[in-house]
Amino acid sequence: MSEQNTNKKLLEVKDLRVSFFTPAGEVKAVGGISYDLNYGEVMGVVGESGSGKSQEAYSIMGLLQSPGKVIGGSITFEGQDVLSFSKEEMTSFRGSKVAMIFQNPMTCLNPVYTIGNQLVEALRAHDKNISKPEAEKRAMEMMEMVGINNVEKRMKQYPHEFSGGMRQRVMIAMGLICHPQLLIADEPTTALDVTIQAQILELMKDLQKKTKMGIIFITHNLGVVADICDKVSVMYAGKIVEQGPVDDIFYKPAHPYTMGLLRSMPRVDAESYERLIPIEGTPVDMLNPPEGCPFAPRCDKCMKICLKKMPPYVEVGENHRSACWLRVQEMMNKEEK
Amino acid sequence: MANDEKILLEIKDLRKYFPIKGVKGPGVQAVQDVSFYIKKGETLGLVGESGCGKTTLGRTILRLYEPTGGSIIYDGTPIYENPLKPDGTPVGKAKAVNMLPYRRKMQIIFQDPSASLDPRMTVGEIIGEAIDIHKLASSKGDRADMIKELLRRVGLNTEHANRYPHEFSGGQQQRVGIARALAVKPEFIVCDEPISALDVSIQSQVVNMLEDMQADMGLTYLFIAHDLSVVRHISNRIGVMYLGSLVELGESYELNRHPIHPYTQTLLSAVPVPDPKLSRTRQRIVLQGDIPSPMNPPSGCRFHTRCPYATEKCSQEMPKFKEHEPGHWAACHLLDQ
Repeated sequence: MSEQNTNKKLLEVKDLRVSFFTPAGEVKAVGGISYDLNYGEVMGVVGESGSGKSQEAYSIMGLLQSPGKVIGGSITFEGQDVLSFSKEEMTSFRGSKVAMIFQNPMTCLNPVYTIGNQLVEALRAHDKNISKPEAEKRAMEMMEMVGINNVEKRMKQYPHEFSGGMRQRVMIAMGLICHPQLLIADEPTTALDVTIQAQILELMKDLQKKTKMGIIFITHNLGVVADICDKVSVMYAGKIVEQGPVDDIFYKPAHPYTMGLLRSMPRVDAESYERLIPIEGTPVDMLNPPEGCPFAPRCDKCMKICLKKMPPYVEVGENHRSACWLRVQEMMNKEEK
Repeated sequence: MANDEKILLEIKDLRKYFPIKGVKGPGVQAVQDVSFYIKKGETLGLVGESGCGKTTLGRTILRLYEPTGGSIIYDGTPIYENPLKPDGTPVGKAKAVNMLPYRRKMQIIFQDPSASLDPRMTVGEIIGEAIDIHKLASSKGDRADMIKELLRRVGLNTEHANRYPHEFSGGQQQRVGIARALAVKPEFIVCDEPISALDVSIQSQVVNMLEDMQADMGLTYLFIAHDLSVVRHISNRIGVMYLGSLVELGESYELNRHPIHPYTQTLLSAVPVPDPKLSRTRQRIVLQGDIPSPMNPPSGCRFHTRCPYATEKCSQEMPKFKEHEPGHWAACHLLDQ
């Protein structure tokens, strides 16, 4: 968190819609989401598999796979309209302005090229004028920065000679080598062990402080969110159901899905056994989503209107909003008084 | 849990090595002389990072892998016996029983539900196969009733019996896997990461179901997982493994409050907590380096290469697994001083 930068907008997403046109029908993977990200801010995106949290990030990078398509909304990065970029503009935008790291570092590295080779390639793809020795020097500096020792030897090694945690460090080095302003991290620690996860989280926090970049951190692990994020967007069935500062989300959740998630996990400070309170039901079938609020069929506070209409966002606190009819009701009651 | 309760399963110096073709020596030392017991009706949790041998240990106990040495005693009867001599080599030929009658008593739930169900069999056939092998049904009608009852027990509909695994979500597939394990009315179930492939909101449903089944049928669990908070929630006692060895074992909340082995302390501090204020103030022990290879484990205490307190002695001599407080065991030289 850097104070001087947090007021300037880096990324603005407005009413973004992504659909997949499959033979079985249209899947509205992302159904109209909006958020802002300021310089130096870390936003967590939480949701179950299939909630659209990764697709939303892929559309910023222009990496949506067919048959997926952005069908509406806008993405503005430093005042530029990302969705109108030509192919060439997109290529230079990726890597130099925005970088992405993925869940599985093994599948993202080419097994037949050395690590050094791949790092140099990433750098030279965006900076045609840099000489090879200069690029190699930068690559080694980058590897040292992400905590890899013995860099000269490591540069000449292949991905299989690196452990999972080390590979993720290489991916981070590769992502940051062109000094992007925005890093999208798609479940970067999910495939790692807890002790290695702790190392990578410490590293990312450290690098974020040094570079002042914005981070979108996609995860399903609320513990990781509490650790690294400044604000959180909670996604369910392609929609952001709640959005707010990290403390508000954990201590004053305003959507039944967020409350349910927090309740269904074993408490950290539990001194003795307490039975878990699960969210009943199964995740939404995205081919036939329910009418109204997508969470309504699983919600223990479901009302008649929830099954008919999607609730609007209600401001429940500073920068904290929630899409739930209960909050709409509360607001109306307040106004009457 | 009272001390005079019956011990259902006991393992002594259980060892499993996987020889490597063309390489001299013992090969991969996946499980190194692990001893513990599980009382009837109890849940013993087993935690550790990937590659620490917890899954191998679970499978070796069921003799899905044939042990290299040590003994397994189930309900008073040795089902495998090959004690180790003082120098650590197995005595010779192992005494082992025919496992078929024990397969009825000892079952397993696998981590990946989609990979552990035959895609070409219907759910009814998958569950029915276990009933047929052990000749548990007296007639066709009886068999169908048993399958229906099992499906109902795990929260599925009876008409699901005619469907194939791919028609189910991950959570439902895991319920099928549980129904199959229950089909033979077992006493003891190895739960090998049964929830780590599931969505957060579904995990607590399955955890609660496992707890209910244990209460109803008096089951005994060996619960293997890497998620410490879930293990603490479900287990009476927890064992911590590192690189094939059991390093600490204790009552679950006691182990969480007062971990005595340095590795357990690190592991506990590395788990991200879903509480932003706590995670900001918490001191985290970040381990350096990666887990050494079990093909060539470090001499002495296997943790000494990453242990912040390691001394000379640790690299020379393997610490003994001892009871330091009643019911609280650990293997560390520091505790002997």
